Amino acid sequence: MSSAPTAPPRSFLWARAVFLTLLSGFVLVPVFVMVSSSLKPLQDVSGRFRWLPSGLTIRPYFDIWDTVPLARYFANSVVVAGVATVLSVIIAIFAAYAVSRYDFPGKRVFTVTVLSTQMFPGILFLLPLFLIYVNIGNATGIALYGSRGGLILTYLTFSLPFSIWMLIGYFASIPRALDEAAAVDGCGPVATLFRIVIPAAIPGIVAVAVYAFMTAWGEVLFASIMTDDTTRTLSVGLQGYATQNDVYWNQVMAASLTVSVPIVAGFLLLQRYLVAGLTAGAVK
Amino acid sequence: MATATQDPTLPGRRTARPGGAGSRRTRRRSPRLRRASLPYLLLLPAALLELLVHLVPMLTGILASFKELTQFYIRDWSAAPWRGLENYRVSVDLDAPVGQDLLNSFFVTCVFSVLAVGMCWLLGTAAAIFMQENFRGRGLLRAVFLTPYALPVYAAAITWAFMFQRDNGMVNHVLVDQLGLLDERPFWLLGDNSFVALAVVAIWKTWPFAFLIVMAALQNIPKELYEAAAIDGAGIWQQIRKITMPSLHPINRVLVLVLFLWTFNDFNTPYILFGDSAPAPANLISIHIYQSSFVTWNFGTGSAMSVLLLLFLLVVTAGYLLVTSRGRKTADV
Repeated sequence: MSSAPTAPPRSFLWARAVFLTLLSGFVLVPVFVMVSSSLKPLQDVSGRFRWLPSGLTIRPYFDIWDTVPLARYFANSVVVAGVATVLSVIIAIFAAYAVSRYDFPGKRVFTVTVLSTQMFPGILFLLPLFLIYVNIGNATGIALYGSRGGLILTYLTFSLPFSIWMLIGYFASIPRALDEAAAVDGCGPVATLFRIVIPAAIPGIVAVAVYAFMTAWGEVLFASIMTDDTTRTLSVGLQGYATQNDVYWNQVMAASLTVSVPIVAGFLLLQRYLVAGLTAGAVK
Repeated sequence: MATATQDPTLPGRRTARPGGAGSRRTRRRSPRLRRASLPYLLLLPAALLELLVHLVPMLTGILASFKELTQFYIRDWSAAPWRGLENYRVSVDLDAPVGQDLLNSFFVTCVFSVLAVGMCWLLGTAAAIFMQENFRGRGLLRAVFLTPYALPVYAAAITWAFMFQRDNGMVNHVLVDQLGLLDERPFWLLGDNSFVALAVVAIWKTWPFAFLIVMAALQNIPKELYEAAAIDGAGIWQQIRKITMPSLHPINRVLVLVLFLWTFNDFNTPYILFGDSAPAPANLISIHIYQSSFVTWNFGTGSAMSVLLLLFLLVVTAGYLLVTSRGRKTADV
């Protein structure tokens, strides 16, 4: 379409302008409210709504750390999401390499089973997983329930199906001729994976990592059951502001923004990899 | 999945058998063997984790749905007495409050999913098509549009909850004070309006995913198709109808399914907006089951409801895939 010889007609340009403007408004209003309210003094957010602060203040950004133990929640989220992402990406790379490069009995069973776990309602295995973790803890002393380890284990499997699926597509798009050339040069299958396939699939791998990190950073359901005071992550911890007697909405907005900025910035920086990865892999 | 632990030696042994004696041959056997078992080794971590976190809990859940699993048996749930189909009977008994609530929640979830999926697909597809051609500010706009998807769901939902407050919220401020459309300030997080609030937040948060996927799919449509169409005199609307939309068919099939499963199982949005107990008009099924299990500590009934939910999703998914793949070979994965 970009090289269409004739310019698009007016009707198209008008429709585009109107639609994209309205949609931008819908998308941006909450973002604006979040930013502006986080810079308001308390009286601005406890009375009638106002679009702009009566006086700009950055105090909420200092207060948020004392109202709830935000730093601890933050650290917990970074550890849980970070470790879950690294492990999930490594495991997905191995699995996707096996599926894309080998024919073996059980391949189809594996891919179908893994993909169909995407369909399970989280609530279905939340209760049993909770029971299993508690029982493993009672039997072996390995504390999975209430610990970061248990949460990491859980989260990394959440992103696995999508990651494996996407990387299978991505790896399949890397010419086999490269593998064969490596084999002629004496590379074994594992060396081929590390020297040829992984370097050629970096965009796809980055995309998968972004997805895995976002999944773990934003998860609420399991975090609400599987964490205690010391291991609480941001997704549950942020609700602490709302359970205070007076809700300091300016602090709530400041905290929401603070925990969002790293992930949104990271996502927007890396989104072209996600699009490229989807284009090459999953969206054939 | 079970094959991962059984099969690996079989192909290797067969290839190593023909041949004479000698130490070289035995050494040769091991790399062959390794090659045959290599894919299984590579799959092992993924398979084990899926087993531990998804499949075993799922089977346990099915088992638990036949038991009387109240807080007395949490420590040792194998000792809980069997209840047969009693949990299921209670769940679908429409003469009792439990069954009625579940049915209500199911209907709410169905309407919510259809609405949310439809809107997300529509907004995402329209935006992606309008932004297929380059124009000034396209990159920036793309980043703006992807922001809701990148925001953690709790940050987004908390902000919306702030905006949906009755007295001091931005939504009522605009509707009542600034535009004068309404005389009285409605509640948005209580009563019938809570469904609207929930749908708006879910759509706001999810449509960029459709946008992202369609945007990626559009890049795979060959430019020559459009050029040929333009030479034949097809206008841009016609190109969209005749080239773009048909090319999106395969990806739409997956996209709509994924969106449906996500919204149907959505827990995060209502949980942040409403807390443990959502108002009846916005009582999505995940929240409902969560509440019937963790708030009342009745895991048996909760499990039975979850199993029913899974069965429903299985049937819908199978039916959907069957209907949409008619006349086409399913060569996915």
